[in-house]
Amino acid sequence: MNEIVPTHTIGGYVPMVDGPEKVSGRAKYTADLINPGMLAGRIFRSPYSHAEIIDVDVSAALQLPGVKAIVTGADCDKTFGVLPIARSEHPMARDKVRYRGEPVAAVAAVDDATAKRAIALIKLTVRELPAYYTSQEAMAEGATTIHARKAGNIERDVLFELGNVEQGFQGADLVREGRYDCAEVCQNQMEMHAAVAEYDAVRERMTVHASTQVPYYVHLMLAQILDMDMSKIRVIKPHVGGGFGCRTEALNVELITALLARRAGGSVRMMINREETFITHRGRPQTDIRLKLGMRKDGKITAVECECYQRGGAHSGYGVVTILYAGSMLYAIYDLHNVKYIGKRVLTNTPPCGAFRGHGTVDVRFAFESLLDEMAGELGLDPMAVRRANYLTAPTFTDNDLMVNSYGLPECVDWVEQVSGWTARKGKLPKGKGLGFACSHYISGASRPVNWTGEPHATVKIKLDFDGSIVVLSGAAEIGQGSSTILVQTVAEVLGLDLSRIRIVTGDSEVVPKDNGSYSSRVTFMVGNAAIDAAQNLKRVLVAAAARKLDAKPEEIECLGELYRAGAQDKGLSFNEVVTEALKDTGTITVTGNYSTIPESHGGKKYRGAAIGGTMGYSYSAQVVEVSVDEDTGVVTVDKVWVAHDCGKALNRLTVEGQVQGSVWMGLGQAMSEETAYHEGLLITGNMLDYRVPTIQDSPPIEVGIVESNDPHGPFGAKEAGEGSLAAFLPALTNAIADATGVRLNDLPATPDRVFAAMEKRRRASPIRGNGRAV
Amino acid sequence: MARPLARILELTLNGRPRVDAVPDNLLLLDYLREVVGLTGTKTGCDGGECGACTVLVDDQPRLSCLTLAAGVRGQRVDTVESLGADGHLSAVQRGFHEKLGAQCGYCTPGFIMASAGLLRRNPRPSEDDIRSALGSNICRCTGYVKIIEAVKYAAELNAAGVAP
Repeated sequence: MNEIVPTHTIGGYVPMVDGPEKVSGRAKYTADLINPGMLAGRIFRSPYSHAEIIDVDVSAALQLPGVKAIVTGADCDKTFGVLPIARSEHPMARDKVRYRGEPVAAVAAVDDATAKRAIALIKLTVRELPAYYTSQEAMAEGATTIHARKAGNIERDVLFELGNVEQGFQGADLVREGRYDCAEVCQNQMEMHAAVAEYDAVRERMTVHASTQVPYYVHLMLAQILDMDMSKIRVIKPHVGGGFGCRTEALNVELITALLARRAGGSVRMMINREETFITHRGRPQTDIRLKLGMRKDGKITAVECECYQRGGAHSGYGVVTILYAGSMLYAIYDLHNVKYIGKRVLTNTPPCGAFRGHGTVDVRFAFESLLDEMAGELGLDPMAVRRANYLTAPTFTDNDLMVNSYGLPECVDWVEQVSGWTARKGKLPKGKGLGFACSHYISGASRPVNWTGEPHATVKIKLDFDGSIVVLSGAAEIGQGSSTILVQTVAEVLGLDLSRIRIVTGDSEVVPKDNGSYSSRVTFMVGNAAIDAAQNLKRVLVAAAARKLDAKPEEIECLGELYRAGAQDKGLSFNEVVTEALKDTGTITVTGNYSTIPESHGGKKYRGAAIGGTMGYSYSAQVVEVSVDEDTGVVTVDKVWVAHDCGKALNRLTVEGQVQGSVWMGLGQAMSEETAYHEGLLITGNMLDYRVPTIQDSPPIEVGIVESNDPHGPFGAKEAGEGSLAAFLPALTNAIADATGVRLNDLPATPDRVFAAMEKRRRASPIRGNGRAV
Repeated sequence: MARPLARILELTLNGRPRVDAVPDNLLLLDYLREVVGLTGTKTGCDGGECGACTVLVDDQPRLSCLTLAAGVRGQRVDTVESLGADGHLSAVQRGFHEKLGAQCGYCTPGFIMASAGLLRRNPRPSEDDIRSALGSNICRCTGYVKIIEAVKYAAELNAAGVAP
């Protein structure tokens, strides 16, 4: 079989295949699914942080005309959770409530106003328990346990030492230790959570439309919570308004909606508001880090000791994985040998955290790159030289058995160095201006999925019928990241066809093959490879048909997309003629493509949980950030960001740029202004004014350089592009502030009051500059 | 509980005259989405925080979540569904599509209507004009970089004769 002539959309700037729907208002999101007769759902939430439930009295609410169904914790004794080892959450609290805002009961009524009135009639009687809002309080001697099975409120303890840390520090010319505190942040995606559940009482079937990144996990958890056979459940994912990780596990929202629909024997639409969406949370935990590094005079790192405490919230969620990532992903970016990691995931009486973009890696990367910068300064080394002294050489395995096959970090660093004018400008900018630099990395999908079944990691189907249209069937969840576009491009590329011939169907369990979902940046790599496999299988069928018709051998057939021929002299067959021939034997053609990760990528066994961090390919990012700091107010303005991202191969430069810019900007929000704050467990930033998302007025130009290291396993060489550039922004920013002002911010967000206080502290400490300065 | 008072709302919605009986306390956002069924206009917050519900009232951008339906009596209301002609995308829609000003698409109708309002009153906006006109719309995907490119491109298309 000869090579196809590529249509060259791979590597081009290709607008998204579902763009026209989004810009015209035709794209339907879950809350847009309005049907006559559907009921309105609402959730009654706990006003207590930690309490034993004595009674949930819904009798008055049930009497209210228009109320069709009420469910409480008593109606469902099943638990859910994304990790098979930690399924300990009830859709609605049963024995006790563990955070303020936890669902306790829910109402379905003829309209929203009635549901709201019914909620006000529900009475919750409790016996309050001591509540803990920080990791330290929850871990203190004698603290009441939040979950009986977790003594000391430790969800997971991680400890490993690979190499010899003590010896490593002895071999260092400089040893420094820093403490870092990163505030809790929330995804705050634009679409608030919503679910529409339709129960067919005659057939005993449930259909749930959910704003999710993981329809398959929702499907599993619905079966568990409803105690229904999986075959009786259908999950549909309409358009989804962003996720960034908070929708990578089934949420109580869709589970409660399904329980209500079954109780009501009908259709229920649940639209929770912005405050409730914040409370449903699954964001990045508040994290305390102690980091100690040893470094030689030439910048080579000799030892790492990292201690990390994550305030996980009231339920497990992804917690075990998050605390493991924070340790394992110390590796795979630099050549490290003597590393000790102590991680504690702590249960607290705050909303449960989850897998926020850059899962587990971001706060530790902030600490690491901050301390590197500080130590480079002390040793009189350029911060870039320090990274260069610690590069990996791919292919390699790290000490914790992570497989690194492609490594574009050096090219990333070179690019930002050049375009930012680093060498000429660093340290030479006017007063109050500074440049900062940092690096980060991320996985292209966890090599072993959360729910290990032994099936291929990804499966794609392609259907070809009499009309010559090619329909790609995939369970990959398009959430705005462009997965549908990538899959269409991939199939078109292999078959040599124009994008217009290819359609894609996703997001309906009744039609599409199962997919693990859109998380850990797995889709382009895993599902992309499965799509290549499927398209190649289809091509084989078409080439065989063409050979038959042209009375030639398959290997003589030249596939030119719209033309199949046996040699350059042959006038050949049109695509439609080939399809007609191919259908003769079998009728409608359906092919399958699969992808499985290789065992070498599954991580190691040197400590419990060492598989976390294993992936087929790591992306790399380097950033330079330029800031202006107003020394009178502490206001920091980011003037410009230069970011280089090694995505292996940019399958679509437009969407790669968009993903990288979005990641950097999301890092900017965490670094500069975002924080979910609580008062006695009560969320006090539950709106988009108090939770300070940067506006267009606060947001800098972000120039993207794409580095292509051509991963040997990636689809066309590609790796992830949507997460790896987030983490580096945080330290690049604070390194720039340090360059501009001489003060180092180890606590995030670096708000004006914190920057001002840090500068003021230094002024007072300095006998020259501190004189007579009014505060 | 007493039913809210209702009144007759006459307006021009997306170029068509329309008459409905609406409760006094009905928000324009809910009128558009739940009564008329124009779900292109999105709800993104609990009131006035995010701009996802932006529509044009007599060509001026307005947050439909802070506007009573009864308050637009006799006025022209344009939603994202009104844009484009003969099935083709408008200049602003093309800008957001072709330059990737839309990723998840949820904030997009609000951004598009705020941008359309901008181009109707200022066909040649500077970058500062764009930032200022879109300052009360939040996007969580793009970092705004490509949104600015999208509006600049839309202004070029508009100058070449494509309606905003």
